Amino acid sequence: MNLIKNMWKDKLAALSLTVIAAIVLAGVFAPWLAPHDPHEVDMELRYAAPSWAYLLGNDHLGRCIMSRLIYGIRPSVLWVLAALAASVGFGGILGLIAGYFRGITDACLMRVCDVMLSFPGYVMSLAIVGILGPGLENMMIAFVLAKWAWFARMIRTSVMQYAESDYVKFSKAIGVSDTRIIMKQIVPVALPDIAVVSSSSFASMILQISGFSFLGLGVQAPHAEWGMMLNEARSVMFSRPELMLAPGLAIVIVVMAVNFLSDALQAALDPKLLRSKPQPQRQEFSRTAKLRGEEVA
Amino acid sequence: MGAYIIKRAIISVSLLAIISFVTYGLNFLSPLEPAQLVLQAQGVPNITVELIAETKASLGMDQPFLVQYFDWLTSCLQLNFGNSYVSGKPVWSLLGPALLHTLQLTLVSVAGIILLSIGFGVICALREGDLLDKSVRGVLFVLASMPAYLLATLMIWYFSVQLDLLPTSGMTSYRSYLLPALVITLNYAGIYFRIIRSSMLSQLNEDYVLYGRACGLPERTITLHILRNSLQVAVSVFCMAIPTILGSTVVVENIFAWPGLGTLTVNSILGRDFPIIQAYVLVLAAAFVLFNMLSDLLGAALNPKLRKEL
Amino acid sequence: MNILKVSNLRVWDELTGQVIVPNSSFHIKQGNCLSIVGESGSGKSMTCRAIMRLNRGSIRQSGDILFRDVNLAELSDKKIRSLRGKHLCMIMQHGMRAFDPSCVIGVHIRETLAQHYGLNRSESEARMIIAMESVRLKDPAQIMNKYPHQLSGGMLQRIMIALAIVLKPDLIIADEPTTALDAISQYEVVEQLLELRSRMGCAIILVSHDLRIVQKLADEVLVMKAGVIVERGTAQDIFSNARHEYTKYLVSSKLALNKHFHKVMGGTGIVDR
Repeated sequence: MNLIKNMWKDKLAALSLTVIAAIVLAGVFAPWLAPHDPHEVDMELRYAAPSWAYLLGNDHLGRCIMSRLIYGIRPSVLWVLAALAASVGFGGILGLIAGYFRGITDACLMRVCDVMLSFPGYVMSLAIVGILGPGLENMMIAFVLAKWAWFARMIRTSVMQYAESDYVKFSKAIGVSDTRIIMKQIVPVALPDIAVVSSSSFASMILQISGFSFLGLGVQAPHAEWGMMLNEARSVMFSRPELMLAPGLAIVIVVMAVNFLSDALQAALDPKLLRSKPQPQRQEFSRTAKLRGEEVA
Repeated sequence: MGAYIIKRAIISVSLLAIISFVTYGLNFLSPLEPAQLVLQAQGVPNITVELIAETKASLGMDQPFLVQYFDWLTSCLQLNFGNSYVSGKPVWSLLGPALLHTLQLTLVSVAGIILLSIGFGVICALREGDLLDKSVRGVLFVLASMPAYLLATLMIWYFSVQLDLLPTSGMTSYRSYLLPALVITLNYAGIYFRIIRSSMLSQLNEDYVLYGRACGLPERTITLHILRNSLQVAVSVFCMAIPTILGSTVVVENIFAWPGLGTLTVNSILGRDFPIIQAYVLVLAAAFVLFNMLSDLLGAALNPKLRKEL
Repeated sequence: MNILKVSNLRVWDELTGQVIVPNSSFHIKQGNCLSIVGESGSGKSMTCRAIMRLNRGSIRQSGDILFRDVNLAELSDKKIRSLRGKHLCMIMQHGMRAFDPSCVIGVHIRETLAQHYGLNRSESEARMIIAMESVRLKDPAQIMNKYPHQLSGGMLQRIMIALAIVLKPDLIIADEPTTALDAISQYEVVEQLLELRSRMGCAIILVSHDLRIVQKLADEVLVMKAGVIVERGTAQDIFSNARHEYTKYLVSSKLALNKHFHKVMGGTGIVDR
């Protein structure tokens, strides 16, 4: 809870969190929020300028851009979040097992990770989409398969460090069961690390997945997706460049918010990073000052 | 050092062997029968079970998995990646030139990234917190948050349409390099800039900087020492930038119609041309492993501590 | 005659508004050794760096620092740089970290001597070799071709002392020169500091929390706590009749340690030597 409090003090992080929360909610409640059906074609309204009925105007098929933007949140943000959760979950469990139990399990898992990580992630996802065929589900599978190893590796490192701490050793010595130690002592402390690792790759995943859709490898028409909307706008960029504005801005805003949030998360967890210039003497000073304060209290 | 190189080479070769196995195994993830794909691609109207079996036999697909794999691997080692399902041409005759084109684009972009990130990284670290530092960080942050396709379209719209300065697509003259390379550079410079800047900043806090100042050395000399130490980290990072960018040009290539790997791969994916996809993965993974080894060796050679130990 | 007179020195962090040293005044006589003692984080190192104006980033300072007749606080960056090294020399706590890890030791030495005396490579090496021999470093020529990680902390500390010998400063600031060393290297470094002082007649500011070394080297002692000088006086005074609670605490904990040591060793040890 301290973490959230720390982050809330950071105005930029608070704003980013609000933006992301609003976008996620808008995506979840898209059917109620969108003023029109995103698939409704009306050739009479082709390239219509913004009006009260169609706030952001209409695209090359006369579809409501506002509605498509809101529905586009689902594949562009929500599904990415789901893919992220799946790969973090999968990688996290394996990383937890490897980092806690060590031994042969660890060695085997890490060799598998080595192989997975020797492929550039982007190439790996591209290859899997290539074999399975384009489409949203296949793209999600590709990203989970390509990313889990990285999460497993990062989470293992973090877990290992806690698994070797004295309190865990003590718990083991007095015979607390492994499951209990993992659930009560490892997971809670490793969770912030996991949050940082996953939030920092969230932004790059949004960019990559929308990039895939832009290329036509992801979401298939007529479904709305921001990358695909940009691709559609590209064909008329010479005559109507303004069509690129809405989906382009949407992606930039989300990615920037996620990046700010991830930075803030990192800083909140590791206050040293707040000051880019830590001076050893000063830190010592503040530490003793804090100790003294506790004595008084 | 010699022993280290040999050890590193053995690891790389064994890794490559496993990678090739995984790459070949990818084929079997496919929901479709490869033989059927071949026939579809060739435009055979009436695909019968007999026809599929016949194609399988002629392509050696009825052999046991391991036999197929070893056949494939030995021919791959001779740069024979089979024939394209779609056009029937040898894969290497398509992949080779594409690889060359992408490599050219990559090298130009990486050079841009190195110049931009070291230049700004050093200046911003030395002037931490002032207006220049903040604005450079802000601009690079926004550029890194932009999807490559948006940046590329904006660039085309501005430089080619509004100003009519640069070609929008193809690879005709050196001027064709400018836009795609600029997009990649601006898109990725932010990441590398951050690495350089933060490694410079952490070096600035080292005791040797304080001692150098306490001995009255001029700031220029001290900056050179800091740079020397931060670039040690940077060399291996930049080394890995080459294969990373090599694998990330897909979107940019498609927008600028660059006749490179990215364009080829996306077309192959849409046409389900498995041999090309396989070859693409294998070539890029090999590049990754190779550069990884190179960056480790370079890092070891540059660090006096490691150099003596190995 | 005072070689250094610091008055109303105030050091604070602009970023957090935290005051590290509220108001310090002290002075050092020519050829004397002033020791600043106190627990870690009491602002000792910050005071030393403030004298040479080496604090960076968001750390600010005010007050007068009179070195002979020159007010260091008012000098231009360029002027103070020419004084650093040549007139004011620093010996760092961690020898291991004080030299650029990617260069051999000789590089720093050559750069420093070229800067202040315009010496070329062979001249500076010749002088340095003599100085290094005088601090009992064997094979000085070879040591200069070694990287910091190939040498021990004690050796690097003595190299810094040797560099100070060549630079002939008027004031040496030794910031916890023995803290990071093992007992034998500590002994050697203290011996060299003693000899340095007797031979060159320069003043020394010795920062330490090791009262044993302070007792051995210091003429005068400042006791600092949380940035404030709580007690000052001659070394003898401080050790025999400390007035401030904190000083008493420091001295008594040293005595208690000694007693314990004697009990364990069963007789007089090297501690009170």
